[in-house]
Amino acid sequence: MAAQLRVLRRRIRSSRNIAQITKAQETVATSRISKAQARVENSRPYAEEFTNVLAQAAKAAATDHPLLVAREEVSRVAVLVITSDRGLCGGYNANILRTAQRRMAEIQEAGQEPVLYVIGRKGRDYFAFRGTEPAQSWTGFSELPFYENAVEVADALAAAFMTGGQDTVSRPDDDDDAGLRVPEGAEGLGGVDEVHLIYTQFTNMLSQTVTSRQIAPLSLEELEEGREESDSDSGSESSGQGGEYLFEPEAEQLFDVLLPKYLRTRVFAALLDAAASESAARRRAMKAATDNANELIDDLTREANQARQAQITQEISEIVGGANALAGSGE
Amino acid sequence: MAEMQVELVAVERKVWSGTAEFVFARTAVGEIGILPRHEPLIAQLVEAGMVRIDPTDGESVRAAVFGGFLSMDGEKLTILAEEAELADEIDVSAAQQARDSANEEDAEGRASKARAEARLAAAGQD
Repeated sequence: MAAQLRVLRRRIRSSRNIAQITKAQETVATSRISKAQARVENSRPYAEEFTNVLAQAAKAAATDHPLLVAREEVSRVAVLVITSDRGLCGGYNANILRTAQRRMAEIQEAGQEPVLYVIGRKGRDYFAFRGTEPAQSWTGFSELPFYENAVEVADALAAAFMTGGQDTVSRPDDDDDAGLRVPEGAEGLGGVDEVHLIYTQFTNMLSQTVTSRQIAPLSLEELEEGREESDSDSGSESSGQGGEYLFEPEAEQLFDVLLPKYLRTRVFAALLDAAASESAARRRAMKAATDNANELIDDLTREANQARQAQITQEISEIVGGANALAGSGE
Repeated sequence: MAEMQVELVAVERKVWSGTAEFVFARTAVGEIGILPRHEPLIAQLVEAGMVRIDPTDGESVRAAVFGGFLSMDGEKLTILAEEAELADEIDVSAAQQARDSANEEDAEGRASKARAEARLAAAGQD
């Protein structure tokens, strides 16, 4: 009896510790969401203006820059998967990885070779365990991504994309080519013909959805859509006088610079969205864990009280029984 | 006086927006001054450079702009930059130090010197 009570008390104590930790995690995640949300909001003007400019420029220049034109023969397809570094966030990573696996199976079915790029320790470990070695992986910034991180990732993808599925990435002979930077580590990897991005889009506190998108080659239709949305958002008329645009430098050269920048913007936006989603998922998971722990504590406390009560009752009945026996023998 | 809408937008924030009468910038090709009703134009700015905006009222605004380009659609001028710092956000002594200590032998040193010079130009400390 006494042993049972002690066991119950120990379980209550450990549940309480767990609840304390998960509660702390929940609070941290909550404060991170609002910060991450603010960053998503703050990065929006740039992304919108950029899309605007690019759409206008692409229309005016009528260019056939490789980043804008779909390749006729697609042999290798890059898939960039954005996961988190830490766990304790419920189904966040599982959802992304499921979508990633499906996407890669689709690519394989189409007779193309998927090339994996992974952000986040969880994703890297998942694929390493399954023997799918990513071409490149980056870790350490899933919760707090900076623009430099996006640059690193996007430039590697841009380099692979500009190389094309038939060749391997090599450093250009002309090192001053400002448009395309080949980051260290990207060299010697196989090129690709398409780039897909899988990340979790942050809609609001309660809903985040895994999204799979093609980011290269860019489709002008998608640019136009994005443009209309941003136009109606700001309520501005589609300005511009429909006149011919001047380009400085020449359109071809300008696109060499703009399009890799556009990839960076897209990757950065995705990273920010993913960071907000990760915190939201973690907050939800930690809230559930705290609630469960509290429920468990309540149940265990009730059981412990019962055990204590039973113990006292037994002690009383033993004393009464003993006293009765003594009284009976004294007669 | 004619005026145009100007927005200076960096990756993580909108740095400045308002109406202006004149904007000066350095593009990859050369220096450019933009007045209201300029022809539609998209131009790449130098990797690290100073941009001056003369607003319709008030003092002119200077900013150090990195990895930027500008787009003028006739009525509205947008300057998009990977990084941008307004004059009063710039740490002048740090920039001076960076300029003086930059190693001009390699490309990285030259780039950091250019960045420091852009910051100093924006802060008005040439």
